[in-house]
Amino acid sequence: MTSGAQQASRAVVGGAPLLAVWLWKRRGVAIPLAVIAIAAWLLSPRIFEEILIYQEDIIYLTRQHLELVAWAGGLAILTGIPAGVVLSRAVFRRVSELILQTFNLGATIPTLAVMALSMVVLGIGTVPAVFGLWLATLLPIVRNTYTGLKGIPAHLLEAARGMGMTPGQILWRVELPNALFAIIAGIRTALTICVGSAPLAFLIGAGGLGELIFTGIALNDLPMMLAGAIPTALLAVATDFFVSKLQFYLVPRGINPLRQAG
Amino acid sequence: MIRLDRVTKVFDTPSGPITAVDDVSLEIERGQICVLLGPSGCGKTTTMKMINRLVQPTSGEIWVDGRDTSKVDPVELRRSIGYVIQQIGLFPNKTIGDNICVVPDLLGWDRRKSRQRAAELLEMVAMDPAVFMNRYPNELSGGQQQRVGVIRALAADPPVMLMDEPFGAIDPINREAIQDEFLRMQAALKKTIIFVSHDLDEAVKMADRIAIFRAGRLEQFATPDRLLANPSSPFVESFLGTDRALKRLRILRVRDVMQTDAVLLSVEDSLAQGRELMAASGLPAMVVVDAQGRPRGIVSESAVANGGGSVREHCVAVNAAVAIEDDLRAAVSTMFAHNLSVVPCVDGDGTVRGVLTFQAISRHLAIPEART
Repeated sequence: MTSGAQQASRAVVGGAPLLAVWLWKRRGVAIPLAVIAIAAWLLSPRIFEEILIYQEDIIYLTRQHLELVAWAGGLAILTGIPAGVVLSRAVFRRVSELILQTFNLGATIPTLAVMALSMVVLGIGTVPAVFGLWLATLLPIVRNTYTGLKGIPAHLLEAARGMGMTPGQILWRVELPNALFAIIAGIRTALTICVGSAPLAFLIGAGGLGELIFTGIALNDLPMMLAGAIPTALLAVATDFFVSKLQFYLVPRGINPLRQAG
Repeated sequence: MIRLDRVTKVFDTPSGPITAVDDVSLEIERGQICVLLGPSGCGKTTTMKMINRLVQPTSGEIWVDGRDTSKVDPVELRRSIGYVIQQIGLFPNKTIGDNICVVPDLLGWDRRKSRQRAAELLEMVAMDPAVFMNRYPNELSGGQQQRVGVIRALAADPPVMLMDEPFGAIDPINREAIQDEFLRMQAALKKTIIFVSHDLDEAVKMADRIAIFRAGRLEQFATPDRLLANPSSPFVESFLGTDRALKRLRILRVRDVMQTDAVLLSVEDSLAQGRELMAASGLPAMVVVDAQGRPRGIVSESAVANGGGSVREHCVAVNAAVAIEDDLRAAVSTMFAHNLSVVPCVDGDGTVRGVLTFQAISRHLAIPEART
């Protein structure tokens, strides 16, 4: 074993209790996953060895998968937060709910259909896949940013204005910090959806773990399908874990429900 | 210091224009607390918010510290005026230290200097900076939050403060304590303060001047004592309540009402002398003092009525004396508690400086029309 691998394995071992606690908190997700894994193992005791045949594919496709998620999620954050901020401004008071309802309606369109439509317009490859995923990811971020900003008590804004803050200072020093928990919660939901929807990108030629899943289904090859499905599920869980940590440490203690003392 | 000159505010609402403030003129001197008082919807808060331009006057001029506020940038104006609201409005995402330093930070003060100032202010309201500087607002009690709300407004040392029912959300016991603490601070700081309230008792306690509003108009602008003694209209009179004479007890000081020329008895006097002096004074009882002028007790009319000996033998020791700096309310309470119609008034050294009688109090409280 190389020293790098040793370090990595030590990190994994060190993180294991933390992960175990966290998994227990999310037993609603973790238990079904475990059940599926056990069922697969019962079905075919050598299933994990068979899955590991695809090790190289898994590594390559996981990276591709993550790239898709990073692009789509990154763009959704970069566009969704400003959109939520704009919609929450007093000027848009009359139209913001209407616009959000339209977004909501848009979100009911299955991601698969969005992908297909985006392929019709943008062709095949990474760009239409990122576009489709971005669209699917956007709504929770816009919605949470908007709701978070709208939920700030009026007296805080009055105090800020009365003490001589400019509208920009009110946004950056009062509104965004106080909405941060809700905004990150939106990002957390959005990224988890994004990771889970990304396998569909394979269908319009953008690769990712969907390649193993869909090919596995087509060939009725269970190990191949699981070689795509299990890493996808783990990625979704890991993303949720990572963003929840971000939420824990980034949001100030005074407004962080996860960090209330006692 | 603050001058409102024929200020009017008309709000345009879907159901037509509403005049919230109607032709109000007032002038508040430097270092005074002016309480804007009235029922809700009377225009007192709107009047206050026009001073720091949170609300733009429809017409009229407002001058603060020699500046016409309409000619000052509103952001700069607000940073130069302390602002306290009823809901306190501490920013929950900021620590107490950062909350106190909001305005200094906006003004670009050196961080060390502003945090030093925050610590001093916390000490001023008896909150340990080591404990509280890095706490968050939700980790403080309501009373502590309110104190921080007030010292936050003081952080950049503004000459003028606007306070919108700052103690309205606190339980009565804490409110009294915070009011007293605030008055102590004000005695040293001498800020010019506009204080909105709907609580007459609070107004009487805090104010140098009270402005009573009704439906956007200024009904009366006077010192609390003048207001209670001479309400200018039936509205003001009914707003002040039927016990307004009793409310004046709070404002009046023992020093102003006590009889300084009342004859005191000495423990060495003979009872016969006492009888004579009491008859001459017309008082129902007399205060007895020792050689140093400290109160020794009280002799009543019946005690001196007959018999002989010295005053010392007949005087009833009473440990009830009122301080000349006390308000009359405390003094009257003492008199009731000890069943005394006459009580000695002592200065800081414990020397008797005068005598307070119910008779003098009721004479002082009688409203002018009823005086004969």
